[in-house]
Amino acid sequence: MLIRILFNRLPLLRDVRFWPIAGQAGLVLLLVGVGTLLGRNLTQNLHQAGIPIGFDFLSAPASFAIGEYLIPYSPSDSIAQALLVGLANTLRVTIIGIIFATLVGFMIGIARLSANPLLHQAATLYIEICRNTPLLLQLLFWYFVGFAQLPHIETQPSAIAGSYITNRGIAIPWFTLTSGSVTWLLLLSLGLLAGIGLRRFRQGDRPQWWVATIAIAILLAAVLTQTGPLAIDLPRISDTNQLEGGLQFSPEFTSLLVGLTLFIGSFIAEIVRAGIQSVPQGQWEAAQALGLKSPIALLTVIVPQALPAIVPPLTNQYLNLLKGTSLAIAIGYPDLYFVANTTFNRAGRAVETMLILIITYLSTNLSISLLMNAFNRSLQIHDR
Amino acid sequence: MLKKVTHLLRCKISRSSPLVAGAIVMLSGVMSCAAANQQQTSTAPSSPIRQLDRVKQRGQLICGTSGKVPGFSFVDPQGQYSGLDVDICRAVAVAVLNDSNKVEFRQLGATQRFTSIQTGSIDVISQMVTVTISRQAAVGVAFGPIVLYDGQGIMVKQRSGITDLASLSGKSICVQTGSTTELNLADQFRKRNIPYQPVVFESRDATFTAYEQGRCDAVTTDRSGLVAQRSKLANPTEHVIFADVLSKEPLAPGVKGGDHQWHSILTWTVNALIQAEEYGITSQNVDQIAASSQDPDVRRFLGVEGNIGDGLGLSHDFARRVIKQVGNYAEIYDRNLGADSPLQIERGPNQLWTKGGLLYSPPFR
Repeated sequence: MLIRILFNRLPLLRDVRFWPIAGQAGLVLLLVGVGTLLGRNLTQNLHQAGIPIGFDFLSAPASFAIGEYLIPYSPSDSIAQALLVGLANTLRVTIIGIIFATLVGFMIGIARLSANPLLHQAATLYIEICRNTPLLLQLLFWYFVGFAQLPHIETQPSAIAGSYITNRGIAIPWFTLTSGSVTWLLLLSLGLLAGIGLRRFRQGDRPQWWVATIAIAILLAAVLTQTGPLAIDLPRISDTNQLEGGLQFSPEFTSLLVGLTLFIGSFIAEIVRAGIQSVPQGQWEAAQALGLKSPIALLTVIVPQALPAIVPPLTNQYLNLLKGTSLAIAIGYPDLYFVANTTFNRAGRAVETMLILIITYLSTNLSISLLMNAFNRSLQIHDR
Repeated sequence: MLKKVTHLLRCKISRSSPLVAGAIVMLSGVMSCAAANQQQTSTAPSSPIRQLDRVKQRGQLICGTSGKVPGFSFVDPQGQYSGLDVDICRAVAVAVLNDSNKVEFRQLGATQRFTSIQTGSIDVISQMVTVTISRQAAVGVAFGPIVLYDGQGIMVKQRSGITDLASLSGKSICVQTGSTTELNLADQFRKRNIPYQPVVFESRDATFTAYEQGRCDAVTTDRSGLVAQRSKLANPTEHVIFADVLSKEPLAPGVKGGDHQWHSILTWTVNALIQAEEYGITSQNVDQIAASSQDPDVRRFLGVEGNIGDGLGLSHDFARRVIKQVGNYAEIYDRNLGADSPLQIERGPNQLWTKGGLLYSPPFR
């Protein structure tokens, strides 16, 4: 293309194909130029201000404790490890938050279209309250007003369905591994593999032999280990008034999760409502004509057609949710931003910490976008 | 012009959040490019623009302080700042501008205070800052004399039955981020091998609110800070402060490193407060002593003879003006933390060296 333009008989400046390319190239040059200038000035001015630049501080011991962590951590670990702990905490609340916010959003969005006036009005009330107040305010509300009202742990509240809900956190029964867990896992996978193999070779056989292989595996495992695959761990309150055992959620995590879920959920509800309303009325009527009941028509006819309109703005809300987690610092949940902030106090490297934060949030959000775009494309195929 | 805008930007935004302040460092670094390039020749290390000239030109001292701790820095319902930290700033304002009210107080969080001093958006930081080697060397704060020898303490509710560090095992402790307290806590409990759960907050108010609401078994900060915060709780008598001291917390005001003259002004203004107590000079009797004293040391100190302020770029009677308007160290301590205040904190190590304490001013000569 370029060669053909350059060696054309037409004068270069009068060639219509030349100008768009020249314009693009000029813009790129300008951007690179401005970027270099800004970068150079940044380093120069920081140098002048006596603020050093470098990432060597990441390997220094962190020397600060973190309240909750998914990956092993102690204050003697490196700052990089502390930042990873923060990232894991951010991802934990983001992933669970996305799942819950989506559930809440779909339920409320559908409820808003309900013919039942009570349901419809309640959904509207929730959406308007949560959508129109700042997220920070909501988080502080759930943490300082919501959690503070729960039964104090010193009063030794009694368990509800095996769970404790106290001002020090929530603990629910959860599974723990037993001595036989590994054996169970091995035998079950063997049984499953054998089942799949049998099914492939003897298709159409009855009875279904793959059921039998799995049953044999379960029997063998039970006899060999004399225990179940998992035990149930009931939470309890210790003599020193601490929650022990089960699956525990700290007040900080729970407040953040509840706040984010309700806040983002209210936006998703509106997106879902708009998506459902974008499906032509004729589709409802067609489903009714086929004799489908309303909920089934919604799930099998309407929602699948509404999804292509829902998913792109839904992605935006997921990105907002991740960004919203950085407000955790106000209520003491050690997310990435929080740990970076403490790191800044410990090492005094604001610029580097900022860069790490920007890059991490950017790449995480881009990954979410990528996944959602792939999901969106998979929905488009159904169009004819 | 550009410089002005970036300066304005820095000042406005650096209050909101510590890492935002970091962003401002980047932004202002980027934005002040043109100005900085021009200045490079004029701001050779030998003749930097002096902070003193900048403050005099502005006609106001900008002082970073917390504004939230009774006795140290607190805003009363009339909007007036008071406290030990505040009075140090007022003393510097008197020394430089001869008016204790020519101070603009900026409330800073525990982390952003250092960025503010690095970028020069505040002239003096007086915010219960603990002197440490990394803050002096890596962050670049030049500290003045220590104005309060403190130590980190732990406060618990009386009925919790917790009496010492060992019985805090497995308990949750509320702590504020951006402070040496957070790091000391980790070090001390690691040293003793006691497990604990930190619940860390960005603001001091949130830290103590969470403690009061029962989120934590204990709360930690400097002992004097605990006494001050306890006075703000609903039932101060229900809370006890451990006898154990976790760390040395020498608190001092500071300035940005690199300006020797400005650092000297801070240093000798604070020294003057201590020296005045040693001489027995108070805000009440300073004029009378200046008129009548025959002691050459005292006469030099008060600027009746000699020119002790000249080398600092101040008038020769700066100490006299400071004491007249702000009072000596004992007056400042008593009205903010000691006998004349609701906090009633004993002076302890914060006595003059002549009375067995640690306060010691080098000679004014």
